[in-house]
Amino acid sequence: MTTNIKRRVFLKGSLAAGTVGVAVGAGLLTPQAVLAAWPKPAFEAKSVDDALSAAMGSASNSASDSIKIKAPDIAENGAVVPVSVATDMSGVESIALLADGNNTPLVATFNLGAGAVPDVATRIKMGKTGDVIAVVKAGGKLMSARKSVKVTIGGCGG
Amino acid sequence: MAKSIKIRAKIKGDETTVKCLMTHPMETGLRKDKKTGKAIPAHFINEVVAEAGGKTVMTAYWSGGISKNPYLSFAFTGAAKGDEVKISWTDNQGGSDSETAQIK
Repeated sequence: MTTNIKRRVFLKGSLAAGTVGVAVGAGLLTPQAVLAAWPKPAFEAKSVDDALSAAMGSASNSASDSIKIKAPDIAENGAVVPVSVATDMSGVESIALLADGNNTPLVATFNLGAGAVPDVATRIKMGKTGDVIAVVKAGGKLMSARKSVKVTIGGCGG
Repeated sequence: MAKSIKIRAKIKGDETTVKCLMTHPMETGLRKDKKTGKAIPAHFINEVVAEAGGKTVMTAYWSGGISKNPYLSFAFTGAAKGDEVKISWTDNQGGSDSETAQIK
């Protein structure tokens, strides 16, 4: 753990100086291939719209009935909220999962490749009561669905 | 970090459903250590790649908003019984692991 703390201190210092290049040089941001692909601004965005613009290229989306979100109405433990997203749309390119009550709303994006069926499930953390939003990109358009989940114990921080 | 992934891949009709569990702390970086009061550094899986038959079926990008010891389920078509599915993850501290399983 000591090394981790040192790294953190170092990262803080170098970011404060605005020299991200130093951090890269120190191996903090390796492997670079991963970071190049991982949409950092999207995951650091503080609002749903900002996160969507960064992750999916646009914040405008229309509600769709053909996206099904499965999540509990009341989550007793916000640290583990099972969520699944499925749709019968064809040509789905990617699915983004957001929780609008979280500090950084974007939780995950799933980019579907060859033969993938638009049906994913995972477990997410929710800081407080809010909506789980699924945004599906199909044929260049964004469609969304949301489901409200009441959280009795928050899962972020704590 | 060996054996941090458990995979179950089952085929039904032409659709293969893959369920996997990974062992990972998934720290958001926002939590504080109760004893020292220092923030626990962020440590989470940020990329998961699923491959089958040499093709990438899905790439998932995650944040610390995914629960500890993440569960992931997804489905795809075009595979046959006995084919291999490979899941690999990379975390924000440069750690990684991968595991393959046969479709049953």
